Amino acid sequence: MESSRRGIVYWLLGGGLIGSLASFLYPVLRYIRPPEVAQAAVSEAEVGAVNQFPVNSGKVVRFGSKPVLLIRLASDDWRAFSATCTHLACIVQYQPERQRIWCACHNGVYDLNGRVISGPPPRPLEPFDVHLRDGEVIVSKRA
Amino acid sequence: MAPAVIAKIRWWLEDRLGLETVKEFLAHKSVPRHSATMWYYFGGITLFLFGIQVTTGILLLLYYRPSPNEAYESVQFIMTQVDFGWLIRSIHSWAANLMILTAFIHMFSVVFLHAYRAPRELTWLTGIVLLGLALGFGFSGYLLPWNTISYFATRVGTDIAAVVPLIGPPLARFLRGGSDISGGTLTRFFGFHVAVLPGITTLVLLLHLALVQKWNISVPPKVEEEYQRKGQEVPRIPFVPDFVLRELMAWYITLAILGVLAALFPWELGQKADPFAPAPAGIRPEWYFLAPFYTLKLIPSHVWFLEGEVLGVICFGLLAAAWACLPFWASRRDGTIRTRLVTGAGVLLVSYLAVFSALGYWR
Repeated sequence: MESSRRGIVYWLLGGGLIGSLASFLYPVLRYIRPPEVAQAAVSEAEVGAVNQFPVNSGKVVRFGSKPVLLIRLASDDWRAFSATCTHLACIVQYQPERQRIWCACHNGVYDLNGRVISGPPPRPLEPFDVHLRDGEVIVSKRA
Repeated sequence: MAPAVIAKIRWWLEDRLGLETVKEFLAHKSVPRHSATMWYYFGGITLFLFGIQVTTGILLLLYYRPSPNEAYESVQFIMTQVDFGWLIRSIHSWAANLMILTAFIHMFSVVFLHAYRAPRELTWLTGIVLLGLALGFGFSGYLLPWNTISYFATRVGTDIAAVVPLIGPPLARFLRGGSDISGGTLTRFFGFHVAVLPGITTLVLLLHLALVQKWNISVPPKVEEEYQRKGQEVPRIPFVPDFVLRELMAWYITLAILGVLAALFPWELGQKADPFAPAPAGIRPEWYFLAPFYTLKLIPSHVWFLEGEVLGVICFGLLAAAWACLPFWASRRDGTIRTRLVTGAGVLLVSYLAVFSALGYWR
């Protein structure tokens, strides 16, 4: 009888202690998790005048808060891909002399359609559409 | 001041602080002396370098500003405008690298001298935690100047965290303070670097030192056997002053090396981070992350059903866990140690780190 009463007291004390600890920890855990910040959904971005992009060159441009690699292969041949390497998120670059997309961090190589040629990237680069409007280059999400 | 007054103050302090007990304890503390004694100094040297990090870190805090718009400029200000600022920052960066180097030497000396064996398993485990914390200091401090190389190192590092099975995505989000590397990441890393990690390190360090004190310094099995054969005890030297003076000499030499490195090869600041610039050619992490960096370069994009980086992270995790458990798989049921197995594993690990770091540096 005595021991069962003692047991109940232990359970109550232990339960109370764990409950109070959990009530302290829960807000802390929620606090350290960064909140979701609503970002304006960007479907297209004006990234500069046509003459800012020489033939056989590539440049990382802003697409909202994301980097996009815009490549001009010929006067009317434009390509755009997400500039974030699918391996470990470095920013890729266009190599004009070898006409390929390269990530300097772990030597990932993509072709001019964003497909992986060699190195560790597991997936192709996400393609974007490019069109010209009044002398301006417009990059837009592919439907 | 008259000697009588000094003596009185000394007596008063000794009485109030109970220094007699400490003096008594130190008078009886001794350390084994044999052919491998020099390896004992590396733990102390690591501790000394940690002290330098704390001191120079506090000095840097006087001018550093942890925001993406000001971080790079404030470090530039320290290096170009503040008297001896370049030296303080250079010492902080060099001492960080030397501290990790001496921590590795200390760890491998413990392995090759078999000092991890019972009853020192917890000393080993706390040491491994301290090494992990030192790497955490390196990783978090690396971002603080907000330059190109640190920006990409953090992108890659947090993306590696993101591929950890199950907990990866929330862990990466927690580390970045959002979905991408931003000012939020810098603020968090600054907090980790100057508050969270020092606090945890101090506690674990005290536990590590208390365990070293409790179980004393180990004598390698070979040395023990050698003296047993001769029917003699392993010779010991008094901790004070013999060992302390030798350790101080080692600290002094370390300080000289650090001074030369910091003065002759000042740590560069590089270019300010630009989240919309490609990773520059030849980019690589600090030397202590080179081996995993090069390994990740080599693993193909897919191995069976796993993506290459996931496989890499799983392998590194398993390797680290196996290494942390070394004292447990190293001992047989009868309490004897698998010395050959441990030495072989140690040689393999050192070879892997040396070869892959060299390849990561030059290729």
